Amino acid sequence: MTAPGPYLNARLALRRGGFDLDVGLQAEAGEVVAILGPNGSGKTTTLLALAGLLPLDDGFVRVDGVTWADAAAGQILEVRERHTGIVLADHLLFPHLTAAGNVAFGPRSRGASRAESAARAQRELEALGVSDLAQRRPAEVSHGQAQRIALARALATDPALLLLDEPLAALDPATRAEVRGVLGRRLAAYPGVTLLVTHDPLDALTLADRLVFVDGGRVGQVGTPHEVVTRPRDPYAARVVGLNVYAGEGVSAGVRLAGGAVVASQSHEYAGPVWAAFAPRAVALYRERPGGSPRNSWQTRVVAVDVVGQTARVRADTMIAGLGGLGELGGLGELVAEVTIAAVVELGLRVGDVVWASVKASEVTVYPR
Amino acid sequence: MMVSGCGIRGGSDGSGAPTPAPGDRTTVTVLVAASAVAPVQQLATAFEASHPTVSVRISGGSSTTLVAQVAAGAPADLVVTAGDAALAGLPPAARARPTVVVATNILEIATPPTNPAAIAGLADLASPSVKVVACVSSAPCGSAADAALAKAGVTAHFVSRELDARATLAKVRLGEVDAAIVYRSDVVGSGGAVHGMPIASEHNVTLAYPLVRLSDSPEATAFAAALSGVDARSVWAAAGFGMP
Amino acid sequence: MTARSQRGRLPLVALATLGVALVGLPLVALLLRVDWPGLPARLASPLVWPAVRLSLVTTAVTTLLAVVLGTPLAWLLARSRSRWAGWVRAVVTVPLVLPPVVGGVALLMAYGRNGIVGMPVAHLFGLSVPFTPVAVVVAQTFVSLPFYVVAVEGAMRSVDGRYDQVAATLGAGPLRVFTRVAVPLAWPGIAAGAALAWARALGEFGATITFAGNFTGTTQTAPLAVYVALDSDPEVALALSVVLLVVCVAVLGLLRGRWLR
Repeated sequence: MTAPGPYLNARLALRRGGFDLDVGLQAEAGEVVAILGPNGSGKTTTLLALAGLLPLDDGFVRVDGVTWADAAAGQILEVRERHTGIVLADHLLFPHLTAAGNVAFGPRSRGASRAESAARAQRELEALGVSDLAQRRPAEVSHGQAQRIALARALATDPALLLLDEPLAALDPATRAEVRGVLGRRLAAYPGVTLLVTHDPLDALTLADRLVFVDGGRVGQVGTPHEVVTRPRDPYAARVVGLNVYAGEGVSAGVRLAGGAVVASQSHEYAGPVWAAFAPRAVALYRERPGGSPRNSWQTRVVAVDVVGQTARVRADTMIAGLGGLGELGGLGELVAEVTIAAVVELGLRVGDVVWASVKASEVTVYPR
Repeated sequence: MMVSGCGIRGGSDGSGAPTPAPGDRTTVTVLVAASAVAPVQQLATAFEASHPTVSVRISGGSSTTLVAQVAAGAPADLVVTAGDAALAGLPPAARARPTVVVATNILEIATPPTNPAAIAGLADLASPSVKVVACVSSAPCGSAADAALAKAGVTAHFVSRELDARATLAKVRLGEVDAAIVYRSDVVGSGGAVHGMPIASEHNVTLAYPLVRLSDSPEATAFAAALSGVDARSVWAAAGFGMP
Repeated sequence: MTARSQRGRLPLVALATLGVALVGLPLVALLLRVDWPGLPARLASPLVWPAVRLSLVTTAVTTLLAVVLGTPLAWLLARSRSRWAGWVRAVVTVPLVLPPVVGGVALLMAYGRNGIVGMPVAHLFGLSVPFTPVAVVVAQTFVSLPFYVVAVEGAMRSVDGRYDQVAATLGAGPLRVFTRVAVPLAWPGIAAGAALAWARALGEFGATITFAGNFTGTTQTAPLAVYVALDSDPEVALALSVVLLVVCVAVLGLLRGRWLR
């Protein structure tokens, strides 16, 4: 008699060619969970382990009260006995079958009749707006259409878990936006748990109910989109949502970072381990050391300048030796400033230049770690 | 510049063999039907021992192939074929050369040593439960087998016709067949690996082995005499051949 | 193409031409040497049609056997990650390098009247394989199955293994994955492998004559008939050779055009 718990309850521990994964996942039915992390962090490994395509060294997978795998008890369900639907970045539609044939493959394999499977395939393709492509071969459709057909194929078997591994990664931005919309609507109607691995923060923030950050095979921050955007607790998470975040100890003046530098802040509620965060928009750049109110001023060297529309994101490194007055800067590392193109032109900013970055104390948020 | 010890080779006399100059180590080339290679080799070794300046080179093969080689101009001094039929393929000049029969061969029935099918004679070869092999009809040993069976009025239960006597014997040795019709010399040459059974003389076929001397060189003539002489008889007999 | 790059290709073209000449000239010589007006009479020889018929029937059966037995083996070898796969592959590939006559002797040792399998089978069921058309098929399969497995394993390896995985997540068992995914995706390789296997079986000589024997109509395949005729009636041998050449070119030409693009 299994105790009631979350719809999906899993702990996945495995070692694969030098890589060590140990993550825990819980989700309720109907939830969309986005899994984010840098390359090689273990996101795809997590999906493959849930599907049963990789064996667990330790841990368990329980879905809707059924144990799919339990390393301690030596229990394991075969890949085809689990109910997962998987969609990868390359759609992997069977090239020798039509779209309809691809989508019907799952139901046929699970014992449905030819007529039933064909009808189900038709319904799934319609739900994703690609029913007119039913008789086409995968080579005859665009990549975006192929991804939708792959999604239909995965959903046609009524999976308990829907595993999407960077499904939009190979699409161009316009198609990506369109398919993201279709995906969102389709996922809303899907009763199982969706695990969406993605690089793109927009995917995560618009499609997911919860975000899970994975790095080096371990889970970092877990939270709703709102939580993560306002209070990232993970350097990668911070990069994803675009905030400058630094770990330190709460002190009277603000936050003392590991290297000794102090980031001045107006909030003093927290002592002990905290995060100091400020938005790139809050960073101003000068050629000379600025006077006046900003109490945070650091000398930095420009590492990269990326122009996005009318704004420029400037990445600067504060850990530079050989310049005077560095005592305050130790431990800050990199920061990102968002300025107008006009400012870039005015300052004559180039990679390698030394500039002063300053942030008002009022712009610095502090929250516990 | 003087090159001592070497003579200039004399002209050819038209039969295909060059006339050697004195002082050379001469080679006598002999083409022999496969079934007669063993005794000819023995006689050649003895000849070389008594004639230190002569070396005998033996080339064995099917009679048809050997004759074709001579017709194509191969430099042979002597040719020994199995049966007269193959001689028809020789060019007219060669056919006119001195010919003498050096040995004869008759057929025997070969069975595995234990004779599991209890073969007693040619008549037993007709039984459908007996597996019989012989050479292909186009080979002398095969056509001889067909002739003997025809004389005896027996239709043998052949399961295969092998390409040569060696392959035929191999099938008997491996125990894959119950009986084979082969030369007596093959049975003797197997050294006890097969058991030989004589065929009644009224049914048997005798194969003559003619030796054609293509060259007039003293060495070739001497070796031809060695092959056909009285002293050779014991060697031929030990190999299972009969006397002409 | 510019004149300079054409000149640059010259050494390659020269070598290629040499290769084509080496192989093509004997075939052309064969066709030129044949006495075409006398061909029908020669082909009426009692040696010819039994041999051609036997060859066509046995090679067809052999090719079927190679496909049925070899495709699952090729798939298992292609997808296996265990150590013994390498050993199995080595064993299956041996007939490729073994002289065919040696193969024939080995077949006798196994399936002959005194063979390790042949003897008990003969005692228990009274069945004997040598000297029958079955033996011809066995000898042909022995030499052509390895060709097939090598060709098809390569083709299956080049198919993305993730297709198999996706099919498994969709609920397909191993048999279904094999028949509905692996085989269709490797189809061109399978067709090419079958053509190779058929061609090798057609030309098989040493193992056939050693294991199956040489009897007109029963075990005398076309290559055996050609060899036998060479001694007794070379013109018949030539005629039969031309027939074989035409059959081969026709079948392989058809396959190349349709399936092997």
